[in-house]
Amino acid sequence: MSWAAPDDIFFSTSLAAYLDKKLLVLLRDGRKLMGLLRSFDQFANAVLEEAYERVIVGNLYCDIPLGLYIIRGENVVLIGELDVEKEELPAQMIQVPEAEIKRAQKAEKEEMLLKGTMRKRMEFLDLD
Amino acid sequence: MLFFSYFKDLVGQEVTVELKNDLAIRGTLHSVDQYLNIKLENTKVVDQDKYPHMLSVRNCFIRGSVVRYVQLPKDGVDVDLLHDAARREARGG
Repeated sequence: MSWAAPDDIFFSTSLAAYLDKKLLVLLRDGRKLMGLLRSFDQFANAVLEEAYERVIVGNLYCDIPLGLYIIRGENVVLIGELDVEKEELPAQMIQVPEAEIKRAQKAEKEEMLLKGTMRKRMEFLDLD
Repeated sequence: MLFFSYFKDLVGQEVTVELKNDLAIRGTLHSVDQYLNIKLENTKVVDQDKYPHMLSVRNCFIRGSVVRYVQLPKDGVDVDLLHDAARREARGG
């Protein structure tokens, strides 16, 4: 692997252009991590400093601090550069403490499970 | 190699990348690499209301392994050229 020249970072797909920037990382399990990119490799493994997880349930959200994170590249879906001049979230979203978002997450999960079982019960009707 | 070369020719065009997690992102193709990782610029998420966390993302890097589709404008493809390239590749190029 040859070292990138100073201008190469603007034309290639390497993550070098994102170094030391605040990023949003989407993971395969649906989690949204945010933090400063400090390091990466050819597998899209990444080191995120001052990382936090942004949990969103409906119009509520919470940022849970994580510290220094190494993310294995196979779990990465997308790495997004956040525009500092734009609002990160729609205006109607409300920040809540961790305990409350965890409760909301649990309620949402149970609702999904309930929807799942109800749908299964209706399957015999063959409505679609 | 074929699709890597093909995407390199598409740099600068507007495409919509649909991911395996059903997220669809429209943007200008900035670059592509041998793994078909994609960098998009000027991105806009299709169905933005469903993905509020993506609101301020304007550029992104998408890992090739999570792409389901890359949607192109109909006139963005020279089908005959692609056809020939595929035939050559199949022949063992």
